[in-house]
Amino acid sequence: MGRSLSWVYVAALFAFVFAPILTSMVFSFNSDRFPTVPLGEFTTHWYETAFSRPEVWTAFRNSLVVAASAAALSTFIGFATAYTDFRFGFRFKSAYLALALLPPTIPLVIMGLAMLAWLSQLGLSGTIQGIIIAHTVMGAPFAMAICRLRLQQMDPSLEAAARNLGASPWRAMRTVVIPFCMPAIISAYCLTAAVSFDEFMVAWFVSGLHRTVPVIILEILQGNVDPQINAIGTVVFLTSMTLVIVSQLLILRKSAK
Amino acid sequence: MGRAASCGAAFPHFGPAPVPRSNFVYRSVWQWPLLIWQGLFFIGPLLLMVAMTFWLVRNYRMEPDFVFDNWERMLTRGFFWDAYFVTLGRAALAATLASLIAFPASFALAFRASETVRRWAIFFLIVPFFTSYLVRIYAWQVLLAESGPLNGLLGYVGLGPFTMLNSGFGAMVGYMTLVLPLVVILQTFSLAAVDRNLIEAARNLGANPRATLFRVIVPAAKIGLIIGFVFAFILTFGDFVSPAYLGGSNPPTLSILIVDTTKSGQQWPRASVVALMMIVTLFIVAFAAVAAAYRRKE
Repeated sequence: MGRSLSWVYVAALFAFVFAPILTSMVFSFNSDRFPTVPLGEFTTHWYETAFSRPEVWTAFRNSLVVAASAAALSTFIGFATAYTDFRFGFRFKSAYLALALLPPTIPLVIMGLAMLAWLSQLGLSGTIQGIIIAHTVMGAPFAMAICRLRLQQMDPSLEAAARNLGASPWRAMRTVVIPFCMPAIISAYCLTAAVSFDEFMVAWFVSGLHRTVPVIILEILQGNVDPQINAIGTVVFLTSMTLVIVSQLLILRKSAK
Repeated sequence: MGRAASCGAAFPHFGPAPVPRSNFVYRSVWQWPLLIWQGLFFIGPLLLMVAMTFWLVRNYRMEPDFVFDNWERMLTRGFFWDAYFVTLGRAALAATLASLIAFPASFALAFRASETVRRWAIFFLIVPFFTSYLVRIYAWQVLLAESGPLNGLLGYVGLGPFTMLNSGFGAMVGYMTLVLPLVVILQTFSLAAVDRNLIEAARNLGANPRATLFRVIVPAAKIGLIIGFVFAFILTFGDFVSPAYLGGSNPPTLSILIVDTTKSGQQWPRASVVALMMIVTLFIVAFAAVAAAYRRKE
């Protein structure tokens, strides 16, 4: 394939990947309910309709609570697991790591079903806590991966040096390991929050009446064509992207050092 | 590392500290969160799902039992196997298509792009993971509609209108939306890691570009290419949204079967049977692929 032709191909592939993202943003300001070319007029009607509904606000609040809590739990579990892998050797370590990294390989629809059954046994189905629990299970592996990569860059003797100079393991953790990992910890928090903020399948199964934003989108999607989805989706996109860009900046800044 | 060695010489007791027994508490604090959480909320639910396949639903309530009714009920019915082979076939097709479509782009990014361009390309391919998949599928619903923008554009050149929604084609567009970015990323990484000297050597030995590609580059990047295929397979095999909202649920896939059986019928045990069949299939595919990826050249 010719050089310029191959760049045309790459451009076409990126166009395909970004077409739905860009069109949903454009159509969120487009007056036609059933958009076609040429486009209709500019309007903020869909934003006004979507955000005049109290259940949309409630869903945003639910989503934020879930994302913030699940991200905190995921990041703690992920960091603890990454540190365990970095610092300690023990029997069955490969099984331990398999457990840490397995959840993303299970299809979401199956996670949803299993979670729904389990949480209803525990009396937690249909609660905010249930969604937080499920999203933590799904987020922890990502947090673990991010923290583990950062620990890889740490000289293992740094912690040992602190110990030799008389620091307790707790103090070495507080004054050496955690400061070193801070960019990764914040980055893991942002990324797991973004993952939780967009997750719809498991949330749909377990949320009951406490719907999150993606669940609302899913329910609108099951009905008729409704450009409110574009408006809500654009706001969700900007929220997630803010989180992702913050985390990327942290990763880039630390690797530049 | 050099610093560690010199310090080690200055302080004889220095070195990666062995973990004394008194650190048991310290160590457990880091080791146990994963075991507790994933044991309680990941392994627990999966085991319950296995157990549930032997339970019965009476008067809309599940009761623990040990019967094979659900297995029999699902596995002896045509509709289950129809859905099974539709899902399997579609996932295989989607993974193949995604691998083939991604390859020329990954090749260009790996061998013809500068380091900076490649890094930006990868960044832009990560962005879609953090946009709502649902919103993207909705955008395709609008774009591909009978009177939508795409048919409008095609109309200008005298084509169409085509029916693209609620068809296998629609579902495939959705699958590509889901997996293409990931497949390109994985392929690009594996191709960029191919030793340039190997390619240089092939050229010097007189291999034409075609032979270099198929007999040197592809075998050297094999693991990454297979991993890309497997991820595409796993994601499309379990996807609910594309077959439901772009494929029109017709024919139903296994994930649609699970959702319908769970949500409308309250038949969690039967849905669990479907789920287990899916997990078993995914394991077989994943193991076969890993075996293929790491198989030594015969």
